[in-house]
Amino acid sequence: MGWAIALHGGAGVPLALPPERLLPREEALHHCLHLGVQALKAGNSALDVVELVVRELENNPHYNAGKGSVLTSEGTVEMEACIMDGKTKKCGAVSGLKTVVNAISLARLVMEKTPHIYLAFDGAEAFAREQGVETVDSSHFITAENIERLKQAKEANRIQLDYTEPTAKAPKNEKLIGNGDSQLGTVGCVAVDSQGNLATATSTGGLVNKMVGRIGDTPIIGAGTYANHLCAVSATGKGESMIRSTVARDVAALMEFKGLSLKEAAAYAVEGVPRGTAGLVAVSATGEVTMPFNTVGMFRACATEDGHSEIAIWPSK
Amino acid sequence: MGGWAIAVHGGAGVDPNLPLERQEEAKQLLTRCLNLGISALRSNLPAIDVVELVVRELETDPIFNSGRGSALTEQGTVEMEASIMDGQKRRCGAVSGVTTVKNPISLARLVMDKSPHSYLAFSGAEEFARQQGVEVVDNKYFITKENVGMLKLAKEAKTILFDYRIPAVGLDTCSAGVDSPLVMNGLPISVYAPETVGCVVVDGQGHCAAATSTGGLMNKMMGRIGDSPLIGAGTYAGDLCGVSCTGEGEAIIRGTLAREVAAVMEYKGLGLQEAVDFVIKERLDEGYAGLIAVSRNGEVAYGFNTTGMFRGCATEDGFMEVGIWE
Repeated sequence: MGWAIALHGGAGVPLALPPERLLPREEALHHCLHLGVQALKAGNSALDVVELVVRELENNPHYNAGKGSVLTSEGTVEMEACIMDGKTKKCGAVSGLKTVVNAISLARLVMEKTPHIYLAFDGAEAFAREQGVETVDSSHFITAENIERLKQAKEANRIQLDYTEPTAKAPKNEKLIGNGDSQLGTVGCVAVDSQGNLATATSTGGLVNKMVGRIGDTPIIGAGTYANHLCAVSATGKGESMIRSTVARDVAALMEFKGLSLKEAAAYAVEGVPRGTAGLVAVSATGEVTMPFNTVGMFRACATEDGHSEIAIWPSK
Repeated sequence: MGGWAIAVHGGAGVDPNLPLERQEEAKQLLTRCLNLGISALRSNLPAIDVVELVVRELETDPIFNSGRGSALTEQGTVEMEASIMDGQKRRCGAVSGVTTVKNPISLARLVMDKSPHSYLAFSGAEEFARQQGVEVVDNKYFITKENVGMLKLAKEAKTILFDYRIPAVGLDTCSAGVDSPLVMNGLPISVYAPETVGCVVVDGQGHCAAATSTGGLMNKMMGRIGDSPLIGAGTYAGDLCGVSCTGEGEAIIRGTLAREVAAVMEYKGLGLQEAVDFVIKERLDEGYAGLIAVSRNGEVAYGFNTTGMFRGCATEDGFMEVGIWE
């Protein structure tokens, strides 16, 4: 029992990522975990904690959310996010954001201030202005790294057209996608507070070189994000696979209907998706955490009240 | 057991005072659509083709809330959404914020078949539509006089509801504080009934498919997305079954309703009707919705906790039924 928190910065980490690109990401994991743990210790609700951690990850330019979001085929950003309160199953989601500094907070406002769950594109931007949330010029979110990534993805596409779905040789495919850097990435945080309430939050810029208007799994309740009274899940990976496999929902469904433990259910859900396309973090109402992935690596961190903590990128031994 | 089966719906939540001619009109449309689907199944068309062609018919007819005849946004425009899923490999396609495409369900199918993605929305979806050369029309084509009138009533109803200080619980969210199946999405169903459309089919090969299409919530905020385009919420098809839902979008999303039917069949071994009943009873909390479903064994089922649901179903052994009420 007790509180627990897990967060991720995306599944799909290229083996060839140089130390100067790894280090700031690792530091961010440390920093965000610390923030989240302090907030939980201070008695904040799981919902507040996941929002604040994801805001921090969005603000970090090294992760694919908020600043640092990957670019569409037109070189623009279209951010999406989703938040869910396990206790009430209330949820909020946004897509197609171009100027909102913290998509996750707008998602929360959709949940709390509108009769709807999901707002997108112009309507979401208009709502953001109504609510007076922080907005900036779209260029704020675009980083040199992502401009480069887009360029490589466009070049690789010419090659990629000859290949079918990722096979077991995931690392090879990931290299193909863009000179050693991966297309995958999303940020998320799940937590259970000292009251036993669960919450999840996920945010992303989506898929590199995605078509304008493409929506991934992140804002789709049950695909990339889900929380109920049993567990909270935030997933990352190839959106199209997560959507058809309703990954986040399945973790909870397996626990509920087949009596699997959190760890078993999460592992099963990740195994059900093609190799090299998914990872997730999850916590249970009883304070357990799990962070399975079927990619080469996943930026992740977790901590539980009983003192266990882990910050990692590669598979644990 | 075995053989093909088909079900169609035109929305859960029906005004009990709906004039008889309207009820008749609706039943005729459902019958016509069922027959279209049945013909197609008899010609051995695969499930995925059948659900698309049936939903196209429902979109084209102005009676229900999809394609022409869609509910209007708060600005009086139409923003349509749809999703389609092929149970065989769980391939799926969805669109939202469609404003000029005559048949959103076909655009959703193209997303599934012709794009590297599963879901396209707003200007990106419209752009894709043009690239694909689908039939497009002016947004006005979808707007009916009746819905313009309904929008006005909906705006007034919202004002009245607030003036009379009806219990504020949930009034600013989608589950009405007035606990009644006659108020859905915060509005009396005499003013607005969901009327999303959908079709589920299992073909002679035992393959399931599902498709759902809608104009969404009357007087919705611009950019509002409901359950219909969300795989797992409004639409789902897998090995075991195909499901299409309708009703209060927010309740369906929160309950991941369509996926739930398949999940309890998969993980708890429930049969189709049991699964449908379980989900309607246990997964809606204070929400109101209905759904239709088929199983790979050629069964068909539906369930709803609303006042009525426009539906029709048929199976290969000759069973056929079109109904509105319990």
